[in-house]
Amino acid sequence: MEKKGEENLPQGPLANLNEEYISVRSAQGRRVLFYPFALTFIIMLGVWVVLSGKFDPFHLSLGLISCAIVSYLSCDLLFPSPKIKGLLRQWARFIRYVPWLMVEIIKANLHVTYLVFHPRMMELIDPKIVKFRSKLQSDLALVTFANSITLTPGTITVDVSIDGDFKVHAIDKASGDPLPGAMEANIAKAFGEV
Amino acid sequence: MDIIVCLFLFAGLFFFTGGAVGILRFPDFYCRLHPAGKLDTLGLLLALIGLALFNLHHFSLGTLLTSAKIILIVVFVFLASPTATHAIVDAGVRAGLAPWTKGEKRR
Amino acid sequence: MDNVFLYSGLYLAFLMLLSLYRPLFGPTVVDRMIGVNAIGSKTTVLLILIGLIFHRVEMFVDIALAYAMLNFLAVLAASRYFQKRKGLYDEAM
Repeated sequence: MEKKGEENLPQGPLANLNEEYISVRSAQGRRVLFYPFALTFIIMLGVWVVLSGKFDPFHLSLGLISCAIVSYLSCDLLFPSPKIKGLLRQWARFIRYVPWLMVEIIKANLHVTYLVFHPRMMELIDPKIVKFRSKLQSDLALVTFANSITLTPGTITVDVSIDGDFKVHAIDKASGDPLPGAMEANIAKAFGEV
Repeated sequence: MDIIVCLFLFAGLFFFTGGAVGILRFPDFYCRLHPAGKLDTLGLLLALIGLALFNLHHFSLGTLLTSAKIILIVVFVFLASPTATHAIVDAGVRAGLAPWTKGEKRR
Repeated sequence: MDNVFLYSGLYLAFLMLLSLYRPLFGPTVVDRMIGVNAIGSKTTVLLILIGLIFHRVEMFVDIALAYAMLNFLAVLAASRYFQKRKGLYDEAM
């Protein structure tokens, strides 16, 4: 199966992406890009300080050394693209998305709690599996969308394909019908895919 | 201050109650995941925010770090809980469990 | 305030006992996994409550963090293991 894929190279956007990935890896080899390394290092140092809680030189130097080693080995995991431009704007947009998600989570939680404590719950719920196709492009946006669906009660993502085919288990009509709707639009806005 | 902490804590306990009762009452595996995976997550968020606020009573660097750790737990659970829920759903689907539909006997 | 924490801790323990019904009698293995996951997330809060009662939060918060991670890993490993096994569907139904 894999050999076949190597022989006839995929066309279209996938081929481009693959080529870019390979060229980045082979051109740089094990050379570490500066911005991803620095960002990973700063994040890890913050977590280290919070977790250790000691500020004497011995513990701080231990933290510096181990954070440097770990971010040297894995800096291309957290920030896969070497571009720094747009990263800040991306994070600002994403942070603006979080409060909307929280409000949505609380509303949906109250709905499920109402269902749980309702005496005639068995007549109210009507589970079914909703299928739809999402317009989102990037992997990160799809993962965020799937996790947001799972976090808002009443809906659980059962399956996601790489093209954006979603299978969602909805507990009743009211929570299953508004999919994909507003949430997809908001995520598209947060990832700049309008 | 204490009143706000109690409010958060009791809201969290309320959602935890919803989760526990929902696990017992819902008719099948897929429906039980709804309260288990997510009412518990929101309950944990509310209860831990309340406890982190209470911990800041005597304000110092130590208590600030402890509260930061509690918030770190919340962030971790918010990332991990949908993943764990999805893993359980995946296991159920691959095992071939059919979803419960209206009118069937509860399992 | 200590009394509030004590009684909410006791109430949480009662809720854990209630959710223990699923791991014990759940009709399928995945039902049992749901019950274990729910008990684990309650334990995280209970650990911090215990820390506040004993005035040793800075120690118990580390245990709670480790417990949250262990709970997540345990659920992932268990679901990966059981989805490969046959005969899960008809167990005790």
